Amino acid sequence: MVGQHSVILMVVLPLLAAPVTALLPGGRSSWAIVMTVMALCLIMSLGILGDVISGSLIHYELGGWAPPWGIAYEIDGLNALMAVIISIVGTLVAIYAWYSVPADIPENKQPLFYAAYLLCFLGLLGMSMTGDIFNVFVFLEISSLATYALVGMGRNRQALTASFQYLILGTIGATFFLIGIGLAYAATGSLNMADLAIRLSESTHVQTIHTAFGFIFIGMALKAAVFPLHQWLPRAYTYAPITVSAFLAGTSTKVAAYVIARMVFTVFTPEYSRQTLFNELLMVLGAIAVIHGAVRSIGQTSIKPLLAWSSLSQIGYFMIGIGLLSATGLMATMIHIFNHALIKTTLFMAAGILLYQTGSLRIASLSGMGRHMPLTFAAIIIAGLSLIGVPGTVGFISKWYLVLAAVEQQAWWIVAVLVLGSAMAIIYVWKLIETLYFQPTTEPHDTGHIERTPALIIPTWTLAIACIYLGLDTGISVGAAEAAVNSLGLLSRP
Amino acid sequence: MIDYISSHWVSHYNYWATIVIMMIGLYTIISHTNLIKKIAGLNILQAGVFLMYISMGVVTDGTAPIAAEGFTIYSNPLPQVLMLTAIVVGVATTALAFAFVVRISETYHTVEEDELLFQDKLQSSEETEEW
Repeated sequence: MVGQHSVILMVVLPLLAAPVTALLPGGRSSWAIVMTVMALCLIMSLGILGDVISGSLIHYELGGWAPPWGIAYEIDGLNALMAVIISIVGTLVAIYAWYSVPADIPENKQPLFYAAYLLCFLGLLGMSMTGDIFNVFVFLEISSLATYALVGMGRNRQALTASFQYLILGTIGATFFLIGIGLAYAATGSLNMADLAIRLSESTHVQTIHTAFGFIFIGMALKAAVFPLHQWLPRAYTYAPITVSAFLAGTSTKVAAYVIARMVFTVFTPEYSRQTLFNELLMVLGAIAVIHGAVRSIGQTSIKPLLAWSSLSQIGYFMIGIGLLSATGLMATMIHIFNHALIKTTLFMAAGILLYQTGSLRIASLSGMGRHMPLTFAAIIIAGLSLIGVPGTVGFISKWYLVLAAVEQQAWWIVAVLVLGSAMAIIYVWKLIETLYFQPTTEPHDTGHIERTPALIIPTWTLAIACIYLGLDTGISVGAAEAAVNSLGLLSRP
Repeated sequence: MIDYISSHWVSHYNYWATIVIMMIGLYTIISHTNLIKKIAGLNILQAGVFLMYISMGVVTDGTAPIAAEGFTIYSNPLPQVLMLTAIVVGVATTALAFAFVVRISETYHTVEEDELLFQDKLQSSEETEEW
């Protein structure tokens, strides 16, 4: 009974819980609800992934209305993997929030914070699980609106302007996506993704479809912060509360990247992208993003913008993987999305511990703190190595597959970009490690015990250990990504 | 030639109108520094999209999609339903944006974007910034 409906329960449960949390008087009681909901969603998403890997695709019709009129949730390996990523990050960040939310958010705002957190979570889950393209727009707006509110709760007043800027750009992006949906509907008369895929290839309205694709891509690229459309991201991640940065870095841009992959691979078949040279565009933009993000990251003097710019660089890798338009490329993208969710969330969580201990995130004022906070520092090292892509960490696997995919198509310049991007990652990760460990302690800080707080260190270390464990046991992430790609049935190589 | 113009340009006048509205909205967002005017531009942009969808669903000689005796041709109700959802989303976005403007004007005492940027720059150069 529940098994069949768990697909929709994962979205409906947080949706029902959100207003309840908002009405509760205190932060702790709403935290308990959030934690319960997240844990349930994690269990359900793992169950769904298990089902999908064993080969059964899930098709769920909302209210029993058959598509293309009703909304259907089509779960294949791709969505199931995304749902698991979102649930893992959501659950661990919720544990982290036990300490970090009371530290950052005033007591009377905490229930509202948790309500927005749940809405953001369910919006992202809905975007990744639905099989209806208009439904993607609705969930996109749910998660975006919640995100704007969450970012705006940062302790600096710049959080307000950063969030407003994000709101304007995000709404333009969502509106463009909506225009694209409208044109695709005009050309085909359908909103169901599977149905659209068939009708688009048969449709003769070529110009309408080109325009629709352009608008859909630009809209989603704005949400995914693909290279020229990334202006909002560094500011939003920098000024948001650390809990929010950790959650968004692990999920939001990744879901948008997933939607782009879904559009390219399922709705507008890979052949369409090849005809329009769209894949070339994606690869070029991705390559610029990899280099540009890394260069800007090296130049930062504070940890949060450094991590944000590094995120932009990673988004470049996703786009390259999608742009390669091969099964290996998509697999590499899915693994990299999974890995980067682990890595960046670990780094933001560790940065949060540094912040709560020292009250600062400026790299210069943190010199020598690594020696006083060994647990936090070790987590930063593990995640940092993984970000570079050192063998034995998860980061290595995805970069390995990306290189494989590029070599497969003899795209040597892509290989060069990947190597250069990783080399530049060494510079900015080393910058952190050197200041934190090798430089003398300049500013007197409490060399205290905040890093021993279980609510902070347990989620951070769970993710750090996952970075190592999944790097050694490649079966899990590669297997899941392989199932994801297989279920799309596009193993036909160019 | 005239055939071409009439079939591709004149008969699609509804699209031209909506595109003009959307571009007015987009231009307002880009060109104005006042945050409230930016929100107004956002709303105009969205209104253009609403109109595009609704005009798309029009069927020649069709009536409003309400079941009643004597009418057999209806406009397509689906785009209208979609736009109801989009309007709700638009209202929520506008409300949130105005809430931000209120908070920004409380903390910065201005809603002009260039002044906000100037204040932010001033602050980050003066203080040893926390972030």
